[in-house]
Amino acid sequence: MSVVTKPVTMPSPSKEVGVEDNYLTHSSGFLSWALTLDHKRIGVMYLACIMSAFALGGALALMIRLHLWNPNLDPSQAWLSNKVYNQVFTLHGAVMVFLFIIPSIPAALGNFLLPIMLGSKDVAFPRLNLGSFYLWVTGACFFLFSIFATGLDTGWTFYTPYSIESQGPIVAATMGVFVLGFSSIFTGLNFIVTINTMRPPGMTWFRMPLFLWAVYSTSIIQVLATPVLGITMLLLAAERILGIGIFDAKLNGDPVAFQHFFWFYSHPAVYIMILPAMGIISELMSVHSHKGIFGYRMIAYSSVAIALFGFLVWGHHMFTAGMADVTAIVFSALTFTVSIPSAIKVFNWVGTMYKGTVSLNTPMLYALAFIFLFTIGGLTGLFLGALSMDMHLHDTYFVVAHFHYVMMGGTLVAFLGGLFHWWPKMTGKMFNDFWGIVSAAIVFVGFNLTFLPQFVLGTRGMPRRYASYQLEFQDLHRLSTIGALMLGMGLLVAGLTLLHSLFYGKKAPRNPWGGATLEWECSSPPPHDNFSSAPAVGDPYEFSNIEYDSKTGGYIKKK
Amino acid sequence: MATAVATPPADHHEEEHHEHPSWLAHHFDDAEQQFDAGKLGMWLFLVTEVLFFSGMFCAYALYRNRNPEVFEFCSTFLNEKLGAINTGVLLFSSLTMAWAVRASQLRETKTLIGMLAATLGCAAIFLGVKAVEYSHKWGLGLFPGKFYVSQIEGAHHSEVPYLWYLCIPSLVLLVCFVLYYVYGVVSASKFHLRVAGPLVVAAGCYFAGVGLGVYLEAEAEVSHSIAHAPASHTDHATADHSHEATVPDATVPDAAVPGVNLLGIEASTTHDVAITPAESSTPDSSVNQKGMAGLFFSIYYCMTGVHAFHILGGMAVITWLIVKSANLEFHSKYYGPVDNVGLYWHLVDFIWIYLFPLLYLIT
Amino acid sequence: MIPALFADINDTFWFPKQASTFAKQIDFMYDAILWISIIFFVPIVVAMIYFMVKYRERPGYRGSPEALHNTTLEITWSVVPTFIVVWIFWEGTVGYLNMQTLPPDTEDIKVTAKKWNWNFKYKNGAENPELHLPVGRDVKVIMRSDDVLHSFFIPAFRVKRDVVPGRYTYMWFQPTVEGTFDLFCSEYCGDNHSRMNAKVFVHDEEGYAKFLAEAIKEPDDIVERGKWLYERKACKGCHYAGTDGAQGPGPSYNGSWGKPVPLAAGGERLFDENYVSDSILNPILQARKGYETAAAMPSYKGQLKEEQIDAIAAYIKSLQSATPPKK
Repeated sequence: MSVVTKPVTMPSPSKEVGVEDNYLTHSSGFLSWALTLDHKRIGVMYLACIMSAFALGGALALMIRLHLWNPNLDPSQAWLSNKVYNQVFTLHGAVMVFLFIIPSIPAALGNFLLPIMLGSKDVAFPRLNLGSFYLWVTGACFFLFSIFATGLDTGWTFYTPYSIESQGPIVAATMGVFVLGFSSIFTGLNFIVTINTMRPPGMTWFRMPLFLWAVYSTSIIQVLATPVLGITMLLLAAERILGIGIFDAKLNGDPVAFQHFFWFYSHPAVYIMILPAMGIISELMSVHSHKGIFGYRMIAYSSVAIALFGFLVWGHHMFTAGMADVTAIVFSALTFTVSIPSAIKVFNWVGTMYKGTVSLNTPMLYALAFIFLFTIGGLTGLFLGALSMDMHLHDTYFVVAHFHYVMMGGTLVAFLGGLFHWWPKMTGKMFNDFWGIVSAAIVFVGFNLTFLPQFVLGTRGMPRRYASYQLEFQDLHRLSTIGALMLGMGLLVAGLTLLHSLFYGKKAPRNPWGGATLEWECSSPPPHDNFSSAPAVGDPYEFSNIEYDSKTGGYIKKK
Repeated sequence: MATAVATPPADHHEEEHHEHPSWLAHHFDDAEQQFDAGKLGMWLFLVTEVLFFSGMFCAYALYRNRNPEVFEFCSTFLNEKLGAINTGVLLFSSLTMAWAVRASQLRETKTLIGMLAATLGCAAIFLGVKAVEYSHKWGLGLFPGKFYVSQIEGAHHSEVPYLWYLCIPSLVLLVCFVLYYVYGVVSASKFHLRVAGPLVVAAGCYFAGVGLGVYLEAEAEVSHSIAHAPASHTDHATADHSHEATVPDATVPDAAVPGVNLLGIEASTTHDVAITPAESSTPDSSVNQKGMAGLFFSIYYCMTGVHAFHILGGMAVITWLIVKSANLEFHSKYYGPVDNVGLYWHLVDFIWIYLFPLLYLIT
Repeated sequence: MIPALFADINDTFWFPKQASTFAKQIDFMYDAILWISIIFFVPIVVAMIYFMVKYRERPGYRGSPEALHNTTLEITWSVVPTFIVVWIFWEGTVGYLNMQTLPPDTEDIKVTAKKWNWNFKYKNGAENPELHLPVGRDVKVIMRSDDVLHSFFIPAFRVKRDVVPGRYTYMWFQPTVEGTFDLFCSEYCGDNHSRMNAKVFVHDEEGYAKFLAEAIKEPDDIVERGKWLYERKACKGCHYAGTDGAQGPGPSYNGSWGKPVPLAAGGERLFDENYVSDSILNPILQARKGYETAAAMPSYKGQLKEEQIDAIAAYIKSLQSATPPKK
C-alpha cells in the first residue's frame, strides 16, 4: 500500500552496535520522537499516553466508589448529583474501554515487542503505525473535549434512544470512538501483515512465541469487528445530526438493532482486550518457571478459536431485550463454546509450573494473580451464559464484578505483569523487585476486596449504574469502596516503583529473566534497528541452554 | 501467498542490506516482500471496507424486510437512468484502472497517466451526476428521517439552489487547476504539465456529469408529467393541513401513480389536501411519512453518501498516483501503489454494483 | 462478620427471599454452578500454590523441564468441561423456556415505563404507580416504554425484561409469598435512573380484590385527588414534592406556591392556579428560568380535565406549608 512505497531515509545501521547506541539515544529532540517511525518509540509513546488515560479512568472509578460510600437516598446530601454521577461512570467506562484496555497491550507492548520477538526490523508499515498513534491521540482529544464540554451521560454503550435525546456532546464522543476504531484497525492490519510477510528465515508459525499468536488473533478481531463499530458510530452521529431514525423508535427505527450492531463489535472487543493478556501470561509463566510452555499448540490454537468463536456470541448481551427464543438459545450455546478454550489455557498455564524452576518475582506474581482472578472471572461467566440465570443477573452488579474480574483482574493485571517483565528491555533499567512484589500483593487483595462483594450485591438484586441504593446494600458497597482505595494504592506503588527505576534503577542486563525469545537476544534497551543481521531463530521455549551469569546479573545462552 | 515469501533465501539476505534502492523501504529485505506486504495490507483494508458497508446493508435488509412497501414507493423517486449511467461510468473506470496497472508495470508513462486521468474523469462524472440527483431530491424535500417533507401535491418546491452549492467546490478546483496548468506552460515543466492536464480534465468532467444529469432529470420530469398529468387532478378526500400529511392518492388504485405524481413538478395544482395516517389504509398513503419514506431516504443517503466519500478518497489517491507517475517512479519492480489503488477502486465500483439494483431497481 | 452483615435482610447469603415460582429453580441453578465453579477453582488454586512452593527457585534445586505435553491429560481437561457446560446450557435453556412459555389463564397488567416512573394499569382500568399482585396467580405483565429503554426487574421474583420503545415486551411470573418487594429499573435511562423504583405488594385474593376496587376511585378530597393524580400522571418523575429539598429535572412542587416565578422567556409570573393550568397545558411557554434545557415537559392538553388540573393546583398549594427547599 501507499505507506510503504516512499523510501524511508534512515541513518544506516551501524555494524557494531555499541553499548551506547540504542533506540532511546539514537537521535534526540522532540521531533525525533513525534515523527519517529521506529516501532519501539511509537510503543513507548503509546505507553505514556495510555497510562495517562488509565490514570484518568482510575480517578473516575475512585469517584464512583467514593460516591457510593453512602446510599445517597437523599440526593441533596449526596456528594455527586445524579447527573454528575452518570457522567462520571460513563466517562470511566468510555475512557477505560476505548482509550485504555483496547489499545493497552496490542498498541503499547505489542508495538514494542512484535517486531523484536519476530526478528524483523520494524512493522510492515511504519508510517501507518505512526498514523495509528496520532489517530489515537485525535480520538483521545475528542474524548477530552466531551469531558470538558460535560454532559456525556449515555454509558459507554451509547444505547439508543437515550443517546439520541441526551443533551451531552454525543457526536464528539462518537467521532472519538470512530477515530479510535480506525487507529485500532490500522494497528491490527499492520500486525497481521508483519507476521505474515516479515518473519525472518527459520521463524515458522510454530516457532512464534505465544504472545505473537495472541496478538495475531487479536489483530484478526480488530480488523474484522471494528469497522462495524465505525459504521454504527457514524449512523449514531447521523442520527443526532440528521435525525435519520434508523435506531429511533419514534421514527419507526429499531433501538434493539443498535444493540446488535454495537455488540457485534463490542463483544469481540472483549477478546481484543483479553487475548493479548493471555499471550503475556503464556510468556510470563514459561520464562519465570524456566520451563517450556505446557501444550504450546493447544494454547496457540485456543487463541485462534477464541478469536473466531468471539464473533458468534454477541447476542448474550441482549438476553433480556426480548430476542426470539431460538436466537437466545443459540447465542447461549455459542457462549459456552468460548469457555472451553479459555479453560484449556488456564490448565496449561498451571501445568507449565509443574517440575519447573519457579522464580517468585514481580512479573511472576502478577501472572499468578492473573490466573486466580481470571479463573474467577471466567467461571462467573458460566452463570451469565445460562439463560434462566441471566434473567436474574443481567444488568446487576454481578455483571459489573464479572467483567471487572476479566477485564481488570485479567487484562490490567497481565498488562502490569508484562510491563514489569519487559520494563528492563524497554528502559534498560531494573526496578526494585521488593516493591514490585508489594504492589502485586496490594493490588491482588484490593482487587478482590473491591469486586467480590459486588457479586453478592448483584445476586441480591442491586442494579448497575445506580447513583443511589437501598440501605440493605450499604455494607457491601462500603467494603467495595475500601477495596477500591486499596487497589488504587497498590497501583500507585506499582507506578512509583517503575518511575523510581527510571532514575535510580540498576542497568538492566541483556536477559534479566532467562527468556528464550528473540527480544532477549538484543541489548537492553534494543538498538535502533533491533538486529543488525537476521537473528538465528530457535525454539522460543527452549530453556535448557540458558544459564545464569553472575557477572552481568542476567542470563546468557550457552553455545 | 504471503507466507510463501516469509522466508527468503538466507544467502541473499546480507547483500541486499547494503544495496537498498531508494524505492525499497529500509525494513524490507527485497522488492517481493515489500510488494506482498502492501498487497496483503490492501486486501485486509478491503475486508474492513466490506464490513464497514455491511453494517448499512444489514440496516437495509432489516427495514426492507419490515416495510417492503416503503422501498417500492420510494424507489420511484430515484432516477434509474442516472443510476444506470453511473454504473456504466464506474465499470468503464475499472477498465481504465486495470489498464493503468498494466501500463505501470510496462513503464509506459504516457498510457499510465492517460489511464489514470480517465479513471479520475469517470469518478468526476459519477460525482457530477450524483450531485444532480441529490440536489433534485433536496429540492423536493426528500430529506432523511425527521427532515423528510411529506410528498403532498402542491408541496412547496424549494427554491434553494442546492445544485449550485454542490458545484462551487468543483468550480474553485477547476479554476485552480487551470491556473496550475498555465503555470506549467509558463515554466515549461513537463512534470507540472503531466500532473495539471489530468486534473483539469477531471474537474471539467464533473461539469459534464452535472450537465448530463440535469438534461436527463429534466427529460424524466417531462415524461412523467405527460404520463401522469390527469392523475394530478383527481379529487381527494379529507382536508387536513397537518404537516404529518400523507399521500393523497388513497383513492387511486395504481400504485405507481402517487410516487411519480408527487415529484412536485405540477406545482400549479391547487389540491392542497391530505389524509391523516389514521384515516389512511392503503400502503401508499401510510408510507409517505418521516418514519417510513424518511427512513428509506436515511438509508439511501447513508449508503450512497458513504460510497461517495469513498469515491472522493479514491480520487485523492489517484491524484497522488498521477504525481508519482509524472515523476516516473513506477517500474516493473515497483508498481505496488498502482496495483493496490486499483484494488481499492475495483471495490468501490463493486459496492456500487450492489447499491444500484438494491436502491434504484426495486419495482 | 458475614451473618452480621446480612442480619437485617437476610434470607440466604446470596439471594433475597424467594417470592415467585421461578426463584427456587434459579437459586438451585445458581448453587449448582457455584459448586461446579468451586470444584474447578479450588484444585486450580491449590495446584498453583503447591507448584509455586514445591518448584520454587532455590539454591541447589533445578527443575526438569521435560514435561511439556501430555495428550491424555490435555484431552481430559478439554472434554470434561465440555460435558459440564453442556449440562449448564441445558438447564439454563429449560429454565428459560419455562419462563418464556405463557400459562393459559393469566392476570394481565399493563406496564408503562416513562422517565422515571412506573405506571401499572389493571384489568378493571385502575392505574397505580405501585405494583399490586395476587398471590398464587399467574400474572402476565405487558410492557411498553414512552421514551427510552427501561428494564423491569424484581429481584425477589428473579425476573427481568427490558422495556423497549416502539414495541411491547411481556413476561409472566407467579408470586408465591405475600409481602412487599422491590422493583427496579435495571436498564440505564438517564438522570434519575436510580430513583426509578417501585414497590411490589403481593396480596391474598381478597386483598387484591379490595385494592382493585379502591384503586379505581379518585379520592373525594381535592388535595388528596391532586396527590393521587400527581402520582399517576407521571408528574412525580420530574417534579419532587418531598421536604428533603431533592430536585428532579423539573422544579420542585414544594414551597413554590404563591411566589413569583422567573420565566425563561423573560419576565415573571405569580405561581397561582392560572400558572399551574398554563404550565400543564402549554409547558414550554411557561418554562422557568434555569429549566429551559431540561427535557421539555409534554403538554397534558386533552389528558387532564379542568377539575383535575384544579386538584393538582390544590395539591401544590397544600405543600407550601412544608419547609422550603434548600438551595
